[in-house]
Amino acid sequence: MSVTILIPTALRSFVDRKSEIEVEGSTVGEALASLATQYPDLKHQIYEDDVKLRGFVNVFVEGTNIKKLNGLETAVASGATVMLVPAIAGGC
Amino acid sequence: MLKLTRQIEEAIRKAGADAYPNECCGILLGKDEDDEHVVTSLRPIENARESDERYHRFLITAEEMMQAELEARRLGLDIVGFYHSHPDHPARPSDYDREHALPFYSYIILRVAEGRPEQMTSWRLQLSREAFDSEPFEIEP
Repeated sequence: MSVTILIPTALRSFVDRKSEIEVEGSTVGEALASLATQYPDLKHQIYEDDVKLRGFVNVFVEGTNIKKLNGLETAVASGATVMLVPAIAGGC
Repeated sequence: MLKLTRQIEEAIRKAGADAYPNECCGILLGKDEDDEHVVTSLRPIENARESDERYHRFLITAEEMMQAELEARRLGLDIVGFYHSHPDHPARPSDYDREHALPFYSYIILRVAEGRPEQMTSWRLQLSREAFDSEPFEIEP
């Protein structure tokens, strides 16, 4: 089934400057794996290894953080919107 | 290159002074035009770090970022960067800033000394993540 992934500005240079991309997948993990296959440069940016996302990457499905759902196993319905959201921190 | 208006610069300086002795933080909304960031508005964010850490740390939660991304899309804008203050510290990125930054974004840092806003700088993280480059900025009337 087709889902739409919204890409934050910091990652658009790895996906031909697109702000959203349609991919196939029935879970968040499958959808992101499909995205990573289409855009290998992006894969290195968001994945720590073949399965684990980097610490700064948060994923929301229809506005809910997948940490509060079932992680990468969270099911996505056809037409769902998945957002990649970077964590932002700093200090002196 | 980063471009912002005098009004936006003054809003960042006021936020830094108001938050002192803690760090302020917020999001720069605008347009990415061939790698030139034009800031058209700010989205001030309440520093989400623990109260006893806010004097030297800031955090924008994933939920705040998600809402900001949605707002930017509604307005036809991009998130082009972030601002935060360094109370009684130089307006230079720390190692902690570098460890938590992402390439592409502009990072404005405002030094606030004894409550008074002073030097403001902007930085971009290198793709290698090894260092920041100073980013020139223009303030338009």
